[in-house]
Amino acid sequence: MVQELMKGLSITLSHFFKKPVTLKYPEVRMPMYPRYRGLHELHRYANGLERCVCCGLCAAVCPADAIYMEAAENSGTERYSAGERYAKRYEIDMLRCIFCGYCEEACPEDAIFLGHNYELADVSRDAFVYSKEQLLVPLGTTHSPGIVRGR
Amino acid sequence: MDLATIIEAVVKVLIVLGFVLMGVPLIVWMERKVLGHMQDRIGPERVGPFGLLQTIADGMKLFFKEDMLPAQADKVVFFLAPGLSIVTALVAATVVPWGDTVTLFGREIGLRITDVNIALLFLLGTTSMGVYGIVLGGWASNSKYPLLGGLRSSAQMISYELAQGISLVPIVMITGSLSLSQIGRAQESMWFVVPQFFAFVIFVICAVAETNRAPFDLAEAETELVAGFHTEFSSMKFALYFLSEYANMMVVAGVAITCFLGAWHGPGPIPGVLWFLIKLSLFLFFFIWLRATFPRLRYDQLMGFGWKVLLPASLLNMAVTAVVLVMKG
Repeated sequence: MVQELMKGLSITLSHFFKKPVTLKYPEVRMPMYPRYRGLHELHRYANGLERCVCCGLCAAVCPADAIYMEAAENSGTERYSAGERYAKRYEIDMLRCIFCGYCEEACPEDAIFLGHNYELADVSRDAFVYSKEQLLVPLGTTHSPGIVRGR
Repeated sequence: MDLATIIEAVVKVLIVLGFVLMGVPLIVWMERKVLGHMQDRIGPERVGPFGLLQTIADGMKLFFKEDMLPAQADKVVFFLAPGLSIVTALVAATVVPWGDTVTLFGREIGLRITDVNIALLFLLGTTSMGVYGIVLGGWASNSKYPLLGGLRSSAQMISYELAQGISLVPIVMITGSLSLSQIGRAQESMWFVVPQFFAFVIFVICAVAETNRAPFDLAEAETELVAGFHTEFSSMKFALYFLSEYANMMVVAGVAITCFLGAWHGPGPIPGVLWFLIKLSLFLFFFIWLRATFPRLRYDQLMGFGWKVLLPASLLNMAVTAVVLVMKG
């Protein structure tokens, strides 16, 4: 019995001198897997036009019914997307979203991708409905770094 | 009694009281840190340097917590029990010597609050009073879990007290004194842990059981009794129980060091008080190490171990010591 007790004590002592595995989270983060599925982002073409043409396939395939969109026609003076139509409103309810990635698979224009942002906590339920402005990558970029396009 | 004696006594009381009360947050910090590292975690590190102020922050939080009183609780006893717990722990600390004598301002000052000639008996007496704080707290809560926790701790403490007391008898036989400072002085050449190794092992096991620490923390037993005897205690009442547990750890470690580990003696030019502190922190580390390693005993195993193994072993050890002492003359 004494031998076993000593063995146990030696194991805990050896761990005492090991490097802890804890990651000091807000300062240090886990390396992100390229295909990680976090908050969605809407991509652009290099010329700044939105890829999304508001076909509605993502909303149709979404098993959680989290995507809502309203289409509008591009005109000669106001042009948002490369196709005929563009999304006037494009909203994703992140409280419903299950991060399955079907929207990204369904998208014929490679417009929507699940990004790497997983810090989605907020204080009101309304804040979880992300608008198109929040989802679109900023003008001048086509997609966030680290994301694999055409996966 | 002249003024100087009174001042000396007051200063010593303040030192010990301050040391115990200030030491507890440090021990709690050390416990969380050591436990963390033994589980490959970091432990507290956000509040203050190395998380040192974490316990202070927790204590302040406890101050502001609502003080709840369960319905049908015995109000008087419910209020007195945590106080009883901490008082016994602090009273026991009065006789633990932390050094030999020093000469200050032409006075010879013994480094302990009081040098009673029956210090060991006094200590065993006061520490066993500590069970009242737990049992009464469990009883007064008028709730199932505290009651069970209190009952367990009373049974556990009484059965382990016997073995603990008897394991100290050989020390008394060798030194011929119950005074802790005499016992301390007798270890100048050799620590008693060498001739009395078995007594030391028995004492340490009993000490862990006495202080209700893992693996003998049956009185708290989170997994089955919520929090055991202090389930219903909140705010500063809980803090007092917490404080008394760690103060008890310090006292019991102090006794183990005084009786077995050479008290304030140690090699090298390090002063005795510092040696005592080093040994104290190592001993407390050992306590925490045990907690990190061993799972809690089952209740019948605990009682069986106390009565069937530790008590006979300590009696045998006492008898053998007596025979050896008589044969040596």
